Amino acid sequence: MKNRTLQRIKNLATHLCLIVFGLFFLSPFLWLISTSLKPDEELFLWPPKWIPSTLMWSNYPEAIDYFPFFTYLRNTLTITGLAALGVLLSCPLVAYSLARIPWRGSKPLFGLTLILMMLPYQVTMIPIFIVFKQLGMVGTNVPLWLPAFFGAPFFIFLLRQFFMGLPKELEDAGRIDGASEFRIYSRIMLPLCKPALLTVALFQIIGSWTDYQGPLIYLSDEAQYTLMLGLSSFKTQHGAEWQMMMASNVMITLPIIILYFGVQKAFIRGITFSGIK
Amino acid sequence: MAANKKLATSFSAYPQAKRRTSGYKRKMSLYGFLFALPWILGILMFSAYPLAMSIYYSFTSYSVLDPGQWVGTGNYKELMSDRTFWTSIYNTLYYTFISVPLNIVVGVGLALLLNTRIRGQGIYRTLFFMPSLVPAVATTIIWLWLLNPQFGLVNYWLEQIGIPGPPWLGDEHWSKPSLILMSLWGVGQAIVIYLAGLQDIPQDYYDAAEVDGANTLRKLRYITLPLMTPVIFFNLIMGTIGAMQNFVLPYTLTNGTGSPANSLMFYVMYLYQNAFTYLKMGYASAMAWILFLIVLVLTVLIFVTQNRWVHYQGKD
Repeated sequence: MKNRTLQRIKNLATHLCLIVFGLFFLSPFLWLISTSLKPDEELFLWPPKWIPSTLMWSNYPEAIDYFPFFTYLRNTLTITGLAALGVLLSCPLVAYSLARIPWRGSKPLFGLTLILMMLPYQVTMIPIFIVFKQLGMVGTNVPLWLPAFFGAPFFIFLLRQFFMGLPKELEDAGRIDGASEFRIYSRIMLPLCKPALLTVALFQIIGSWTDYQGPLIYLSDEAQYTLMLGLSSFKTQHGAEWQMMMASNVMITLPIIILYFGVQKAFIRGITFSGIK
Repeated sequence: MAANKKLATSFSAYPQAKRRTSGYKRKMSLYGFLFALPWILGILMFSAYPLAMSIYYSFTSYSVLDPGQWVGTGNYKELMSDRTFWTSIYNTLYYTFISVPLNIVVGVGLALLLNTRIRGQGIYRTLFFMPSLVPAVATTIIWLWLLNPQFGLVNYWLEQIGIPGPPWLGDEHWSKPSLILMSLWGVGQAIVIYLAGLQDIPQDYYDAAEVDGANTLRKLRYITLPLMTPVIFFNLIMGTIGAMQNFVLPYTLTNGTGSPANSLMFYVMYLYQNAFTYLKMGYASAMAWILFLIVLVLTVLIFVTQNRWVHYQGKD
């Protein structure tokens, strides 16, 4: 009897803690949505008003009209799509070589991959910029997706761990049957690592979608801007029109949240199978 | 494959099995190399060459407009007497030394609460995770509005409990604490990792402790926390590296100016400014290498201390 009351008090305390902290995490979201639906004159009310007297859904189409939203969306989708395609083509191929093909180079190359995961972006940023400049590609979106086709250390690491966990008999059977190495890879191994591939794609899509530093360095023409650059220049131009900024914030964040929760199950499988956690 | 077979039969004087294995080995070496080729090229083009060039540039006065000259250690010497450089180091270390430990304490604490069997666990977890999905640029705008000194929600709440709200991002003494507060909002990513670590702790340990009459606090002190140290260690290293490279939040908050009074001028912001605003690429390359060294030293320091506090299962 005493134990049960103690347990109940503990539960109550846990809920209380979670709710107090939860407010810190939740209220910015609610405030974001509330502000995005406010009429102009209710923005600066004191005390602040949580629920607008009229829900201004028109803020959303108006915010879209404020900046070339659809151009930026198309630019962002192009970069995101190409970068995701790049890592999906290159990284599993390399990871397969490191994990499943017995050859001398696999161990040193894996070691190098681990070291490169630690290398700060800034150290290589300037020479890479200079090369793209000399190739006349600064001002185009090429530098933002081309490197993806040549592998990314973290994704190679993740996929290698995944491949390591698959049973050894798989490719042996294929090799005895005389299937070519590429056939074994594409027909047997790739279909098995779908969850891991999905995880990699998700990471890359979120990474490219939210990337700010890359576009900031390489894109100067407004017609080429991504949504993130657009949002940040929106902030400098219409800094006091909070309802418009919040409406564009919602539109830019929502796709990530939908995407994440859409593939969440497969994502968690991909992470746990690869042993990263 | 067919060519290999032909080889094996034409040299039938040799022991067949040996032939086949060496042919197999050679074939595997070729395939291994071919499959890894994109990455080998990638390392050469996007890591090895840039690394070498970055060292070279750091000893020159290279800018995009002019090929630059060899200046020896000139850039490094100039940095030593550059006041903004030292301000940016101070700001970056201040931010790192406060935000990283704070994020660990809050992250582990919340993960412990989220790991208890309570109703609505899934909802709570989603709630704490969601902010880490918000893009940094959007986070900036949301918090600029929340921390607005006159009309912000935060100062309204402070007023309700009788505390006069500080000017937050408008004041040089409050700007970095504001940024740390914002970084705390994105702690969800780390919570996921802590939760995974918590779920790896075998239930037997707790059962055994309960038989011995240990209470919740003792279980936390002697089982949970020691077994969590490898995950904390991992997050400490990744968090430190990330915090030292802090860029997008302060850059978008201040439109790259680092104001007020350079209090939000972070190391990578100043590096970016030198490279792409002043086009002092050689100077910025020297900065990149100094950053790399600082990060390396911090990482090594953390590694050195790990024997004292990180407990690996299966060891001793």
